[in-house]
Amino acid sequence: MPEEQVVDTPESQRVIAPGYTFGSVTDQISTVVLTKHTPLFWFATFAAGFVLLQGLLLSALLLFWKGVGVWGIRMPVMWGWAITNFVWWIGIGHAGTLISAILLLLNQSWRNSINRFAEAMTLFAVMCAGMFPLLHMGRPWLFYWMFPYPNPMNVEPNFRSPLVWDVFAVSTYFTVSLLFWFVGLIPDLGTLRDRAQHLITKYIYGMLSMGWRGSIRHWSVYETCSLLLAGVATPLVLSVHTVVSFDFTIAIVPGWHSTFFPPYFVAGAIYSGFAMVLALAIPLRSFYHMEGLITDRHLENSAKLMLATGLIVAYAYIMETFMAWYSGSVYEQQAFWNRMTGPYSAQYWFLITCNVVAPNLLWIRKFRTTPVLLFISSIIVLIGMWLERFMIIVSSLAQDYTQSAWGLFHATRWDFATFFGTIGFFVVMFFLFVRALPMISIFEVRTLLPQAKVREEVRS
Amino acid sequence: MSDLNKKTDLAAARAKLEGTRGRHYWRSLEDLASTPEFQELLEHEFPRQAIGWSDDENPVEGRRNFLKLMGASLALGGLAACTRQPTEHIMPYVRQPEELVPGRPLFYATAMTLNGVAKGVLAESHEGRPTKIEGNPEHPATLGAADNLLQASVLDLYDPDRSTNVLLNGEVRSWSDFYTTLREVLAQQTVKQGAGIHILTETITSPTIADQLQRIQKQYPALKWRQWEPAGPHSARAGAAQAFGQPVNTYYNVIGADVIVSLDADFLAEGPAAFRYAREFAGRRRVRGEQTAMNRLYAVEPMPTPTGTKADHRIPLRAGDIEEFTWALATALGAANGPKSGDNAEIYKRVGAIARDLQAHKGTSLVIAGEYQPPIVHALAHVMNANLGNVGKTVLYSDPIEINSTDQLASLQDLVSDLDAGAVDFLLILGGNPAFNAPVELGMKDRLRKARLRVHLSSLADETSEVCQWTLPETHFLETWGDARAFDGTVTLQQPLIEPLYGGQSVLQVLNMMTDNPLLSPYDLVKGYWATQHTGADFESWWRRSVHDGVIASSALPTKMPAVRGEALGTPAAPRPQGGTVEVIFRPDPAIYDGRFANNAWLQEWPKPITKLSWDNAAFMSPADAQRLNVVPKEQLDYGMTGVPMVQLTYQGRSLRAPVFVQPGHANGSITLHLGYGRTRSGRAGTGQGFNPYGLRTARALWQDLGLEVKKTDGTYYLAVTQNEHVLDTRRHIYRSADVAEYQKNPLAPHEGADVPPRELTLYPEYNYSGYAWGMAIDLTSCTGCGACITACQSENNIAVVGKDQVRRGRNMQWLRVDSYYNGDPGNPSMGNQPVPCQQCENAPCELVCPVQATSHSAEGLNDMVYNRCVGTRYCSNNCPYKVRRFNFYLFSDWDTPSLKLVRNPDVTVRSRGVMEKCTYCVQRINFAKIDSERQDRKVRDGEIQTACQATCPTEAIIFGDINDPNSRVSKMKAEKLNYAMLADLNTRPRTTYLASLRNPNPEMEA
Repeated sequence: MPEEQVVDTPESQRVIAPGYTFGSVTDQISTVVLTKHTPLFWFATFAAGFVLLQGLLLSALLLFWKGVGVWGIRMPVMWGWAITNFVWWIGIGHAGTLISAILLLLNQSWRNSINRFAEAMTLFAVMCAGMFPLLHMGRPWLFYWMFPYPNPMNVEPNFRSPLVWDVFAVSTYFTVSLLFWFVGLIPDLGTLRDRAQHLITKYIYGMLSMGWRGSIRHWSVYETCSLLLAGVATPLVLSVHTVVSFDFTIAIVPGWHSTFFPPYFVAGAIYSGFAMVLALAIPLRSFYHMEGLITDRHLENSAKLMLATGLIVAYAYIMETFMAWYSGSVYEQQAFWNRMTGPYSAQYWFLITCNVVAPNLLWIRKFRTTPVLLFISSIIVLIGMWLERFMIIVSSLAQDYTQSAWGLFHATRWDFATFFGTIGFFVVMFFLFVRALPMISIFEVRTLLPQAKVREEVRS
Repeated sequence: MSDLNKKTDLAAARAKLEGTRGRHYWRSLEDLASTPEFQELLEHEFPRQAIGWSDDENPVEGRRNFLKLMGASLALGGLAACTRQPTEHIMPYVRQPEELVPGRPLFYATAMTLNGVAKGVLAESHEGRPTKIEGNPEHPATLGAADNLLQASVLDLYDPDRSTNVLLNGEVRSWSDFYTTLREVLAQQTVKQGAGIHILTETITSPTIADQLQRIQKQYPALKWRQWEPAGPHSARAGAAQAFGQPVNTYYNVIGADVIVSLDADFLAEGPAAFRYAREFAGRRRVRGEQTAMNRLYAVEPMPTPTGTKADHRIPLRAGDIEEFTWALATALGAANGPKSGDNAEIYKRVGAIARDLQAHKGTSLVIAGEYQPPIVHALAHVMNANLGNVGKTVLYSDPIEINSTDQLASLQDLVSDLDAGAVDFLLILGGNPAFNAPVELGMKDRLRKARLRVHLSSLADETSEVCQWTLPETHFLETWGDARAFDGTVTLQQPLIEPLYGGQSVLQVLNMMTDNPLLSPYDLVKGYWATQHTGADFESWWRRSVHDGVIASSALPTKMPAVRGEALGTPAAPRPQGGTVEVIFRPDPAIYDGRFANNAWLQEWPKPITKLSWDNAAFMSPADAQRLNVVPKEQLDYGMTGVPMVQLTYQGRSLRAPVFVQPGHANGSITLHLGYGRTRSGRAGTGQGFNPYGLRTARALWQDLGLEVKKTDGTYYLAVTQNEHVLDTRRHIYRSADVAEYQKNPLAPHEGADVPPRELTLYPEYNYSGYAWGMAIDLTSCTGCGACITACQSENNIAVVGKDQVRRGRNMQWLRVDSYYNGDPGNPSMGNQPVPCQQCENAPCELVCPVQATSHSAEGLNDMVYNRCVGTRYCSNNCPYKVRRFNFYLFSDWDTPSLKLVRNPDVTVRSRGVMEKCTYCVQRINFAKIDSERQDRKVRDGEIQTACQATCPTEAIIFGDINDPNSRVSKMKAEKLNYAMLADLNTRPRTTYLASLRNPNPEMEA
């Protein structure tokens, strides 16, 4: 390759703080895992998550024992929090793959500091999401009927039903995300194996690192593999939430039956996904003093992405309302009118505040660069996105075609226990991950160092 | 067992004898008999069992053991009885058991009485257990139809809370113990000629009981027979007496009436001939093609009733103002001399037009006075009908059908004075619940204790049983023989389908214990009585015929033409002031009547007509009154979870707290309370539901009175309502209606603005339904919204009861619902009823989204539901635009209670938890008929399959059949211009369609 084609564009702001060396990067990230000392805040957060998780176990036990009646679902609102939570968690799960796959393909190197935990977040979010379809079934012990397995009765699932598509979409997404995440972990697992003091940890990391030796051949296979996986995962980012949105668009419920749900849902998913990335990154980097690795630049980029997707979501709300009016369909019109003025109007306007009004503050640089403000914004967005799904599902069902069947949904304590229980599950899983695996990709961050760049120039 | 037990045991004695040898052989019977053991053995006929009663042994232990065994064996006996056929001659199949094909139900004609008046029914029996009630087509009162009370009566039979034992002060006794006591009492009373004996019954029309009472009274001339029926036609009796000077039974020939004025009479849904009236009424409103003649109904009423919803003009008036209205109408007709004008403009601006309409239809008009209106309204109605020449044409009179048509309130008050005088030695309460439902100031519960010996015969331990020493289990009407008269006097025979489950006895049997021949079976009693009545030859075959038909042919009482007395009317009372205190209205509840059906869960959960309230009563008031009292519920869409405010109702110094129910169309200035709730002693379903308006109801005002004070109080009450939104959005074209005049101009008038996509507007190829194609048409003009179909469906399809809490949460399971819609001014909206079963869409949205194909389409166009395949994602329900699917959020079906297993239809799956269910057009009945037709190598005949809702519908509003057959009734109905599909714009192509509702308002009157 001719030398003059290599252009070293000086970046306006460094991706990671100056002063890092390969060694110090490796030290800082791996010590979190390899130290015997577990910080107090880890225990505190883990304990909080663990308590919530017990709520999930209790409510799931009750649910399996008695039936889905423990929730507030009713005629006509047959889907309530469970499906709201499902869509919310799936949406959150989008950021990880977007960061790992799409930003990798787009050569956005700043992603290197946040992709590992974002991918982990994706996995745990999809796990949380995946619980709900199972929990919400009337007869969960028959869940396997959703799969096309050979059986003597010759019955198959109904391939026209979006719920069957969901089964494939979500399981594919989970599998690919898991693979991607694990493949990306292998070089770092090798590092941990090499640095571990304790025999058992060494042994475990050794098993997991699958014989990684860091040879050129390994690296070459690794790079190819991760690029291929990125290629496979990229359409998934778009497809999963598209399929999830089909759960609604295929149905004829006014407020659901709309062709632009797929892009609207994908944008919303990335929106909430980045909100969750920020909600995790900001406390983590401060607790573990990783401000040097996850810099304000990362936060700002994520905030920009959040703002951009937030604006798409806002546009979708406007279009959705416009189309309802423009359709001339009395059912659509009234569905939206009811949203805005009916029994769920408080939630609706709160949702608009969270998702449309609040993110516009991110136009202001100070909001993007002040971690505390950004953390609060991201939490607001997460609440807003949850409400959005709640709004779509519950308010549309509560007042649909046949007026005589209208009825309002009221969540029960077990709805709360299940939802917050999955948050507990998420926290528990995430903190176990933080404790046991490098939360930031060591080898990828090292490529961000100026030293790496120099060598690259030398090489080329 | 104690030693004593062993000592007197026959087996032990025998063992002892066998164990002896040689010189110890007994030498003579005397030798053996001299042993103390044998002496004791002789004293006790059944030593082992009877031992507990001997005084000399430990009484506690023995008695307890005995009671335990007795209880257990009774319970087992009760269970064992369930599958046994009665040994008596049930017509027609007892001697031909080979005809009893397992899997094929048999139908027996029998009768249920309410207020003593019979409605003839056919009871469906599966291998000896009755499971379903249908109307008896041979019976003049039912004509094959049934209402919710009849439909639900079969559940009462299997009610697990029924009285199972004869009890004396709570301890188990036997019928023979009671009999002994009764004979002792009678022996003592013979001297006094029975002066101390008081019998309190409900209204009785049974000729056999009449005969019996006569014989008893001959034997004990001083015996007193009292009657009390809390919701009986007291005013109708008094009104007839006032008009004619004699007791008269009034009934109507509605089919002959072109113009009907209902004075607070819910004649289409309530009363002994409601089904007949409803059928005749609907028959005169059936607009088909060019046939556009309709009758016209004016209804004046305070609380909207099914009759009010059908009215062409409904005038909401306070119940007490109807008297003034009636005077004004009679005056306008020239039939009475009352005021021609007054303060209440609502009355005087309308009576003129109504009177002219009536006068234009002399002999074909009809004025019906409501049973709860004061006697003067009845007298005026009689006078008006006479004046209009309707008597003998649309109004028919006969002698009373009751054995003793008496003022029951006076009868009860006489009992009270006798009780106070200490003159009641023996009070035999046969049915009824006076401790609960007598006028409150009588304090019946405590007063009853003044009778020395009190006996209560009832099917369920209730408030009255609590104050009686003896409580006797009463048989259900499906368990015993009997007879009763229908509204026109037709004798209706009641034959049992099953042995008494819990050894109960009927009123007939208990009364018979007082006669000379106390051990006759009820079969012999009824048959024996009719043997004496029958005059023609061959009694046996006449009897068999009558039992088979359920009615005794031409036994209706002859009609007569009583003359109105000149002084009948007197002068009108001063009109009641407008404003001021509120009027209180007491009415029997549409579901549990006067409280007697309180423990019937089907009825409790049944959404009442118009209000759609279940499990409760409430203080029904108009929207304007609610506004004035500041008690408008916070969230109109949600009475169940956000609740409604409470009011304190004070009347005559007694007060009551009740939840508010805002009822559009209710008269301003009055509050309606439904009786029967607030039971303190009933079964699991009945106790503690609602509040008790009997607590305000005095003898002075059994039905309505001014003087109620209403005050908002603290607290929120959660009402179980199955329909939250009633206001009709006419843009949706869900419920379509028009005036008949508009229809005459343009038959498509009801469909104006509605949009139906062209059939070819689809990407999918059309499916060719080549065999049968099942469809249903529902005539909204005919539907009165009475709700009988809901219970019929519940009974036919084993639909679970979920309880108040679950209904509150919107989880009621009834497959069929009857929606009520209001259109126009909330003060007096026009009201419509719309039964909504599964619409069986050809393009069913539910089928598309089910992930496991648990709901899929049959080749005959049925939207089948495979319960076994359902995993419960509930997506189908979300995607159902009609919201007709029901989900088992919990295990709603009772899988444990043994008696409830017997009530189930064996042809329908009992659904488990987590499964979606819905109307199937009674697919079990379809298949039954198809199998029959295939065996006979023919097609299913039109009308051969009747869905449960169709069969029970009094107005024949629901028609089911094969739409591939152009000559079927359903095809013809669907060919009508009025026919439309609900939400047709969605292109779901429902198989259930509706015929738009037509009204026939008087052009002279403004809407």
